[in-house]
Amino acid sequence: MILFQVLLIVVMIAAAVFAVRARDLMNAVIACALVSLMASIIFFFLQAPDVAMAEAAIGAGLTTAIFIFAIHRTVRHEEDEKAD
Amino acid sequence: MRKLISLVVLLVIVTGIGVSLVVTPFGAEEAEWEPPSRRERVNFGRYYVHEGLEETGATNIVTSVVVGYRGLDTLGEVTVLFIAATGLAAVLHAAAKKPVGSDRKPASLVVFTGCRFLFPLILLFGTYVFVHGHLTPGGGFQGGAVVASAFLLVILGCRGRRLNEETLSLAESLSGLVFVVAGLIGLVVGGAFLLDFLPRGTPYLLFSAGIIPIIYIAIAFKVGSELGAIIDKLSGSPG
Amino acid sequence: MTFLYDYVHYAGCFALVLIGLYAVLVKTNLIKVIIGIGLIDTGVNLFLVTTGYIRAGTAPIFSEAAAQGETMVDPVPQALVLTAIVIGVSVLALALSLAIRLYRHYGTLDLRKIKELKW
Repeated sequence: MILFQVLLIVVMIAAAVFAVRARDLMNAVIACALVSLMASIIFFFLQAPDVAMAEAAIGAGLTTAIFIFAIHRTVRHEEDEKAD
Repeated sequence: MRKLISLVVLLVIVTGIGVSLVVTPFGAEEAEWEPPSRRERVNFGRYYVHEGLEETGATNIVTSVVVGYRGLDTLGEVTVLFIAATGLAAVLHAAAKKPVGSDRKPASLVVFTGCRFLFPLILLFGTYVFVHGHLTPGGGFQGGAVVASAFLLVILGCRGRRLNEETLSLAESLSGLVFVVAGLIGLVVGGAFLLDFLPRGTPYLLFSAGIIPIIYIAIAFKVGSELGAIIDKLSGSPG
Repeated sequence: MTFLYDYVHYAGCFALVLIGLYAVLVKTNLIKVIIGIGLIDTGVNLFLVTTGYIRAGTAPIFSEAAAQGETMVDPVPQALVLTAIVIGVSVLALALSLAIRLYRHYGTLDLRKIKELKW
């Protein structure tokens, strides 16, 4: 059972790294939703069902929706990084 | 230059965290339980677990901590949520734009019918979650978030159907008022704000645990209507 | 294997906080910075719930079928994190509304072009 939690944590960190490095902001937001989903499952394994329910409903659902609405009203792609 | 300084800052933080990680245990063993009169320091986690059922009557210990023992912190959280929703409405007031999706093809008939069919079912499930908050895992915050997800489904799937903003703000204000009035009644009756003045009842029943179900239902209405209003404002309200 | 059991949850939380902190410090797109704030929130909530875990404990909910004398995990961090998750989403919503206003005013979300904001 601990190996399964290690796998979840590895997937969560990989999704977080992808969210920071993605150029298309939609991809970054979907990776953020994946981080919240993995965190919700880890909450369940830490014997916290209330927190798992709240994180799944709010983190993986509503946060993604408000990010997508905000991206629709602003830019879609990140600008290129120039040396400063 | 900026990247170099940022990486140095991160390196210092990582070193500090690594040093402290060596002395932090994970999953400590639970010691023997002693009544508080025989010790100087109370471990509140064990106190709430062992005495929570008799003192509040709720079988969900997290609910009795959130609403019963730490009810004032929940009142502060509700205030922060209210301030954030008000600030968002004030900032986006002048940014009136066409609603999301009004300039492209509307949703097909299958999606439209499915959303209309699913909306009352999701509302029913959210109501079940927050009404049974003191018996099973769940409560006001989770149920309110599920209700807000139902509103999100209506905004995304149904063609041109918007939420009624006056009803949302009325529900939000009334539920906040119910929370504060319940605390003030406790102050008048017993002498302490948010005192439990209803009878405890027998555990595992729906009508038990004093004023905890009433406060949690008020919190669910407030959180659901506020998150629904936030989503409605962000997706572009007309006018 | 017990080495993994002791430290992997804490290491995961701290890695998440560090990745979010890197996004806040280095990235120049405002929405990337807000994504970093959201990652820091998730990491800190995970850390708080992890400190309350007791080995071989169950969820702090009584039921008629279970025996009354079981070891339960600490319920206080779970109550705190429940509040913190809702506050986190409200802070993100307010930050995104400010980003939308900035975009309407400046025409861009690049922090190097919005004057005197990035060092």
